Amino acid sequence: MPQQPDFDKIQMQVQRVQGRVYMMTGAGGNSAVQVGGDGVLIVDTEFAPLAPKLMAEIRKLNQGPVLFIVNTHFHADHVGGNAALARLAEPDLKGAPLKIIGHENVLNRLAKSQPALPVEGMPVDEYFTPFKDLRMNGEAVIIYHEPNAHTDGDSVILFRGSDVVATGDIFTPGGYPFLDIDHGGSVQGEIAALDHILDLTVPGHTQEGGTYVIPGHGRVCDEADVVEFRDMVVIVRDRIQDMIKRKMTIEQIKAARPTSDYDTEYVTADSFVKPDQFVEAVYRSLTKR
Amino acid sequence: MARRFALFAGLALLSLPAMPVQAQVDFSGAWAPLFHEDLPERIPGPELGDYMGIPVNDAARLRGDSYDADRISIVTEYQCRPHGGDYSMRGLSNMRIDAVLDPTTQQLVAWHTRMGFQEMERTVWLDGRPHPGPLAPHTWQGFSTATWDGNMLNVYTTHLKESYLRRNGLPRSDKATFTEHWVRHGNYLTVITVITDPVFLTAPLERSQSWVSDPGQRMGRDVCEYNQELPKPRPDYVPNHLPGTNPFLKEVSEWYALPSAVMRGGEETMYPEYRQKIGAPEKPKAACDRYCNCGAQDNPTCLVAPRSR
Repeated sequence: MPQQPDFDKIQMQVQRVQGRVYMMTGAGGNSAVQVGGDGVLIVDTEFAPLAPKLMAEIRKLNQGPVLFIVNTHFHADHVGGNAALARLAEPDLKGAPLKIIGHENVLNRLAKSQPALPVEGMPVDEYFTPFKDLRMNGEAVIIYHEPNAHTDGDSVILFRGSDVVATGDIFTPGGYPFLDIDHGGSVQGEIAALDHILDLTVPGHTQEGGTYVIPGHGRVCDEADVVEFRDMVVIVRDRIQDMIKRKMTIEQIKAARPTSDYDTEYVTADSFVKPDQFVEAVYRSLTKR
Repeated sequence: MARRFALFAGLALLSLPAMPVQAQVDFSGAWAPLFHEDLPERIPGPELGDYMGIPVNDAARLRGDSYDADRISIVTEYQCRPHGGDYSMRGLSNMRIDAVLDPTTQQLVAWHTRMGFQEMERTVWLDGRPHPGPLAPHTWQGFSTATWDGNMLNVYTTHLKESYLRRNGLPRSDKATFTEHWVRHGNYLTVITVITDPVFLTAPLERSQSWVSDPGQRMGRDVCEYNQELPKPRPDYVPNHLPGTNPFLKEVSEWYALPSAVMRGGEETMYPEYRQKIGAPEKPKAACDRYCNCGAQDNPTCLVAPRSR
């Protein structure tokens, strides 16, 4: 979990993506916001103190009711604003329900987390099937469960008409993925999830654009950016797997620096996942420790 | 009388409609590439493990060493990938440059380039617009703006997707930017490219490429469709060589009888003075037997084997 910044100084950044979908970025994870005649659907709600700023930016785009919040996973920088946004959205609902959707493992994790998320922010409209779909603002919105990727409760959301995919922290360009092994994450699931995202994306002319991808953190991307990230995870996995076969210990593997050609690209002073942490998570995935 | 004439002439000049600012130089037209520079790298392609002349760091070297060229066929998303904006003028492709004029003022607001290979298109804006913010998508060609420096156009490009410095796996990151200097001299155009990459380069990489005006050129379509043609051994397969296992890295020093350290590249290998430091090759040769007459009249594409000596 990243350290919380001074929220008073944070300015929301808004990037139009495509169709009815925007990306909003503050201090937590990216939010995907779909707007239209039905109202608003929000994917991930950042930290609670940013809810007023997030809502203010949404209101510049649309005055309709916030009918859905979808959580890609249970981490606080993606669900922290659920309750605050629900309270801010309430006056405009005019009797319509606000549904907070997440995979059932998100609800299970949040129910046990400390400090507890306020009840009105819990994703009680949970699903346990491989996917859940709904129609909002004239387009199909399909929520896919990606088992044991970043966590055990990840969802990837496809806005089929807008041709946009929101990935949560499965995809974090510019930073190594955080494989939350203690909460069901794994490198095998991460790779499978990235491959599924690549199945959902279709590029435009000259292999760029087309389906746009809103990552958990970082800039708006497309299929080509996801491919580079997926390849990095596979190659690092291959190297560590080979070292495990050669009976190297985790300390020996870390010393061998299997990520050294990716560190200059994926690691900065502010990075949440440092090379040793990524290596250790991959090692634990492969050895189930 | 003379004073009245001067006054009249001055008033007449002031009353003429303002002339729109035109380009200092006209780059528009059809251009055919010239390959007298770096022909073996640009036409038949760079050898695996040849990083000479590129100011790479260790991260770039390991990426290159790990690269398996099967990746661009097995990973279907790479099959139709075009060059990055910094490489697109180096490849085997004709080019067309069009002037983009503001319809109201008829002022030049941009140059638009189109390459024949993979239909790469780039707009070079001259209207002073800012580059996009950090959250905007990156593209293969990047986002380019330019200013005139006399008759030379200075172009600055950001927002590039990850791509390559050389087609043998040497990477170029999405944090790189590049500057170009476009110089037209008669029917020739030379573009000098300077790439700055904080992730993979220890110094700016400068390269140049030239073109000749080719008014009769007609550029058609180049539409690529990707297809899975080879079975993957497993769904999550990405071809790569594990560190220390690439069997092809020594080939290039043996073929050209150069010390293997030379081929590892680095900043000092960019400069001619480096020749004085090169030691003896591990495997010397009596005579050249590869690409010996590359680019010569009887071997313009480097594909003809040398005559026996």
